[in-house]
Amino acid sequence: MRKLLAAAAVALAALSAPAFAEGPKVKLLDVKFSFEGPFGTYDYKAVQRGFQVYKEVCAACHSLSLVAYRNLRDIGLSEAAVKAIAAEVQIRDLNDAGEMAERPGRPADRFRAPFANEAAARAANNGAYPPDLSLMVKARLDGARYLYSLMLGYEDYAKLTDAQKKELKLAADFKLQPNMQFNKYFPGFQIAMVKPLNDGQIAYNEEATTAGIKNDLPQLAKDLTHFLAWASEPKMEERKRTGVKAVIFLLILSGLFYAVKRKVWADVH
Amino acid sequence: MASTQGGPPAFNNAVVRWIDKRLPIFTFMHHEYGVFPTPRNFNYWWSFGGIAMVMLIIMIVTGIVLAMNYTPHIDFAHDSVQRIHRDVNHGWLVQYLHMNGASFFFIAVFIHIFRGLYYGSYKNPRELLWILGVTILLLMMATAFMGYVLPWGQMSFWGATVITNLFSAIPVIGPDIVTFLWGGFSVDNPTLNRFFSLHFVLPFVIVGVVVLHVAAMHVAGSNNPLGIDPKGPQDTLPFSPYYVTKDGFSLLAFLTIFAIFVFFAPDFFGEPDNYIKANPLVTPPHIVPEWYFLPFYAILRAVPDKLGGVLAMFGAIAVLYILPWLDTARVRSARFRPIYKWFFWVLVLDCFILGYCGANPPEGYFVPLSQVATLYYFFHFLILLPVLGKLERPLPLPNSIAESVLKKSAI
Ligand code: HEC
Ligand code: HEM
Repeated sequence: MRKLLAAAAVALAALSAPAFAEGPKVKLLDVKFSFEGPFGTYDYKAVQRGFQVYKEVCAACHSLSLVAYRNLRDIGLSEAAVKAIAAEVQIRDLNDAGEMAERPGRPADRFRAPFANEAAARAANNGAYPPDLSLMVKARLDGARYLYSLMLGYEDYAKLTDAQKKELKLAADFKLQPNMQFNKYFPGFQIAMVKPLNDGQIAYNEEATTAGIKNDLPQLAKDLTHFLAWASEPKMEERKRTGVKAVIFLLILSGLFYAVKRKVWADVH
Repeated sequence: MASTQGGPPAFNNAVVRWIDKRLPIFTFMHHEYGVFPTPRNFNYWWSFGGIAMVMLIIMIVTGIVLAMNYTPHIDFAHDSVQRIHRDVNHGWLVQYLHMNGASFFFIAVFIHIFRGLYYGSYKNPRELLWILGVTILLLMMATAFMGYVLPWGQMSFWGATVITNLFSAIPVIGPDIVTFLWGGFSVDNPTLNRFFSLHFVLPFVIVGVVVLHVAAMHVAGSNNPLGIDPKGPQDTLPFSPYYVTKDGFSLLAFLTIFAIFVFFAPDFFGEPDNYIKANPLVTPPHIVPEWYFLPFYAILRAVPDKLGGVLAMFGAIAVLYILPWLDTARVRSARFRPIYKWFFWVLVLDCFILGYCGANPPEGYFVPLSQVATLYYFFHFLILLPVLGKLERPLPLPNSIAESVLKKSAI
């Protein structure tokens, strides 16, 4: 019985595997994050640095509509810091006279989107639409590793050797379209986003530099991924903590019921 | 049969006595769940009916809470589910329970159905019980399909588009039916609203059919692994405490596995694409339904003709309705059917192969594979079962349940 159940579970897993095995054809970069695995947690220092990267680079094009400034309290920023960050942006809202007007942001506001609407975003990006990043890590297969790889995956197409092209199984008639960049990890290999991150682009604060945190591209990409992973599931740690308690409770109760069942049935077997 | 055994129980509590005299619900519960004589030889496969019942309750409770916070509008639905995760106290828990609960509900019910297939539980006198069960399965599929549309992600939208479009294959009235289902000329806000309404109400219809299903079982009495009828009190045990403790244990073990997925792999059964808001202008590269529909999806696509595919898909359920009359064997349990026993496992394998085909794009070797598997599925029910029942020589049946149980423990 138990063996059958285990076999069924394995069969089910095998069955569902192909449904999930699609996505980018190229193997993603091998990188480890502290939030992976059943007990993994966020490294909030990394999340904070990642927020800085998002704010200084990605926020120019990508919205983060599900996150409010007040949520930054959860990554360890002080109330004063959150207020100051919110106040840096101007939010369009009704004023007391009932007219649309700009006012400084408040912690309760959601992150201000860089463009008023999709058409405006496309107009500013050669017709391409920079998607909202709130759920990006959940919305791609192996999302964290994908995002990290995407940041590092830009290549100069003109300089690719034939061997490299062959390795990527690039179609013979592949042509990089105007305004497009070559990226190894983007499905179809050409993306409308210019390489957003480069070595040394962000100046991390003194705390980070004294702790020996570099600001080369892999580090920036890793921190940014950490931030967006948090943004896509801010309740992950609570989920895992609750899970440990729930599973232990259920295991003990199962054991108890098994013992009672054995006792009850002892006289009829 | 058994519900008339013994007189009314003596209740100690005066309030209970007062109520019971006017409306004998306590006597009813006592007969049907307290002393109800249950075959003494159930194995753990008999726990899955009760497990399915608990999953149904979990789905209804979590569903009601979700509905309190969900916004059925194409502009807000996708975000509202995320707001439940972020801004509703324990909303993430409720949403993950409901999302994974659907999968575990189907796991429980599929095991429950295959239990019935193995032990011949659909045979006389349990035909109607079985038919009510198949009806529950149909209702569950409709409910799950509409529920999956509600978060309004890419798979929600495109799944709904593909499946509702199937009805256009019906001659003459097909296109009108599709317009009627959509409430317009494409899957849009009216579709989302009617699906929400139906998704809310259908589970209560399921509750109604489950009540009939369980009532029918209490009339016919349970089947058991030997497939022979209990002959007297030595063959049965009172439901409480024997099966309360046994089913309680299996339920808790099942819930433990459920909890592991909810808390540690909540997106295991899901598609990343459904975390992208629905976009009618962008078709995802592969549109796949939820895993529990994959075998049916494979049957649908195995037939080269659209109408034929739709008929085959519904036919796969229709054969279950007439199964009690297709199987001509007089012996119920596969334990005593040396040949059927093997074909049962071939059918299980066939269903897994169909599921595997359904998960993959209909190209290359998946096309002939799904066609062969589909043919085999219908061959099993329509040809093998009627013929095998006539040809197979069953093993000798034991004289009674008690004799068989006691012999086993003596070895
Ligand atoms: C100059 C504007 C701009 C900036 C700055 C920018 N992006 Fe983009 N991004 C785009 C555009 C445009 C697209 C759409 C690309 C396409 O569809 O080909 C895009 C697409 C993406 C995607 C989607 C890839 C996919 O799988 O669909 C991700 C993820 C992404 N950007 C992340 C980032 C991150 C992280 C940053 C900050 C480090 C950033 N972007 C900075 C314009 C920008
Ligand atoms: C909502 C889903 C369902 C619930 C809650 C449910 C509940 C139950 C319960 C509590 C029992 C008695 C315990 C047991 O024998 O396991 C039972 C028996 C049974 N069910 Fe279901 N059931 C469901 C779906 C189905 C389906 C889909 C089928 C078949 C297509 C089915 C066929 C049967 C049969 C044949 C029995 C009698 C089994 C026997 O006595 O051997 N049920 N059901």
